[in-house]
Amino acid sequence: MADSRTPHAGAAIVDDEDVTVLEANGGDWSDIAEEAARLGEERIVVNMGPQHPSTHGVLRLMLEIDGETVTEARCGVGYLHTGIEKNMEYRSWTQGTTFCTRMDYLAPLFQETAYCLGVEKLLGITDDVPERASIIRVLMMELNRVSSHLVCLGTGGNELGATTIMTLGFTAREEILRVFELITGLRMNHAYVRPGGVAQDIPPGALDTIRDALVTIKDYLAQLGDLMLANPIFKGRLVGVGHLSLSGAMALGITGPVLRSAGLPYDVRKTDPYCGYETYDFDVPTSTDSDAFSRVILRIEECYQSMRIVEQTLDRLQATAGQPVMVADKKIAWPAQLAIGSDGMGNSLAHIRQIMDTSMESLIHHFKLVTEGFRVPVGQVWQTVEAPRGELGVHLVSDGGTKPYRAHFRDPSFNNLQAVSLMCEGGQLADVVVAVAALDPVLGGVDR
Amino acid sequence: MSEEQNLPVPSADPGTGPEVVDVRTGLFGVSGTGDTSGFGGLVRTVAMPGAAERPYGGWFDEVVDLLAEVLDEGETPYAEAVEKIVVDRGELTIFVRAAHLLTVCRALRDEQDLRFELGLGVSGVHFPHETGRELHAVYHLTSVTHGRRLRLEVAVPDADPHIPSSVPVYPGHDWHERETWDFFGIVFDGHPGLARIEMPDDWVGHPQRKDYPLGGVPVEYKGASVPPPSERRSYN
Repeated sequence: MADSRTPHAGAAIVDDEDVTVLEANGGDWSDIAEEAARLGEERIVVNMGPQHPSTHGVLRLMLEIDGETVTEARCGVGYLHTGIEKNMEYRSWTQGTTFCTRMDYLAPLFQETAYCLGVEKLLGITDDVPERASIIRVLMMELNRVSSHLVCLGTGGNELGATTIMTLGFTAREEILRVFELITGLRMNHAYVRPGGVAQDIPPGALDTIRDALVTIKDYLAQLGDLMLANPIFKGRLVGVGHLSLSGAMALGITGPVLRSAGLPYDVRKTDPYCGYETYDFDVPTSTDSDAFSRVILRIEECYQSMRIVEQTLDRLQATAGQPVMVADKKIAWPAQLAIGSDGMGNSLAHIRQIMDTSMESLIHHFKLVTEGFRVPVGQVWQTVEAPRGELGVHLVSDGGTKPYRAHFRDPSFNNLQAVSLMCEGGQLADVVVAVAALDPVLGGVDR
Repeated sequence: MSEEQNLPVPSADPGTGPEVVDVRTGLFGVSGTGDTSGFGGLVRTVAMPGAAERPYGGWFDEVVDLLAEVLDEGETPYAEAVEKIVVDRGELTIFVRAAHLLTVCRALRDEQDLRFELGLGVSGVHFPHETGRELHAVYHLTSVTHGRRLRLEVAVPDADPHIPSSVPVYPGHDWHERETWDFFGIVFDGHPGLARIEMPDDWVGHPQRKDYPLGGVPVEYKGASVPPPSERRSYN
């Protein structure tokens, strides 16, 4: 290879026919090592993934190693590409939430909200969205941030062999998923946030359930903190690992906890508030250690801050009980009254009976709105929200039709994975796992 | 800024009306003599917002003036680099001519009063009916220092889809440009490794283009057949 020192990310790292390729499958690593030693080849390229438990999905890491030291690290992505953006161009604006919620499957409500805020901006109805709908969005997003961070902390611990951290994280997340199931009917892929508001109001008793859940989650978080923050083995693996300086992070467009671990308190909720975030009282924790351990501390702290916001939303929801959760414009709001039926959640039978029996106009209107959808004026918008992994951007282009002309999602994981080379090269092979876990990539969002 | 009056008046200033990018006819696929509904006769023009008139409002004027000042001091005059300014829905879009993208990016990033230091990525849009400027690359920049956001848009013809890579200025655009190449076939000249990123390396075609079919098969359900999404009734 002529320029073997700088292989391009994504391209085959070894394209030389003279280089021996050794395949490792199952438990024959020692055979491979012996074979490599026999050949006396100094430069070894290891393909980590795409199926590897520590790669958070199907991430392929191409590592060139010298002994235990990583000299080159490149990512290969795309294994989970499902063409969600392309598919959205063939569905109505409302159906778009059903697609974009499936991108980053650990933070579905952020994609839904970012997309809906974008559609509302295109429609020019941002100010018409009812206050209660915005409060519910904030509630759901902040709960989602906690659940996403819990998975990050849990799987991050599991990758180091600390199974207890994983079980604790997932048990705590379960509390939030139960709340999601209660409010949206689903544990993931909610399609709950819709252009103009949310699909339905929170059910009776949900506020008490959330209050109870918060107590339990705080208990679990305290346990997680006890397990992680003073644990010498855990600190030994994380402190000083996966270093990414502020200038490196800014150059690579890194956002979220990784950028904040380098000292910049950049949080879209503060710099460019949406959904009324400017009215909530919360802090943006930062660190200047720029390492994997500081990112763990930040994520735990962000969980507490999110729960602080959740508590404020609970009070506001109590105060705004009975207010609408969808814009008043009947040309945008779906004429749905959801209820739990024998086969799951759907339009309530009473509402269907009312539409079908009493007014032909409302039946026509319902049919047109659901099959055709609403038209969105021509133009393009850019809307970002602070997702758990960083700044999630949505670029929407409308051609004046009932379907998005183009919907592009700037997923923070996609962007942040570019930092893998910078964070891993020169470090130990085992630290690659720690560095990637600290980025917390979700490949569903990366590949879309 | 007090010296604002002394700044050169950019030439790309006078506003223009909306720019028609496409004309659609008919509704849900009816046409010809079989159409008794009259829907086939519908004509709808798709017009994107055109160049804005001064004042643009808010900090937009200040940023555009500064950019003009910086560019005019350099080798590329503002009028040559910038095609037009579009202000729509409270967002500032600067249409940049492909050849001068890097100059504009550098000015936006390095000038201390502009300081758009955070490049949030590249997105592509395909307008097959906009002859001579079918492919658009859209860059979203953020100034953390000043708390501002703006959009750069570069339009290139499908026949010559070359744009200089913005990676030298915003290294984080590396993967985003690879994605835009992958999905739209826009070639970013000078990119360190313009390989496909989402599609397999040997994939033929650029899937997000409008002429690239979505695909799919009819689905049978309870005796009825549902056609794939791209073949369903469309409302144009």
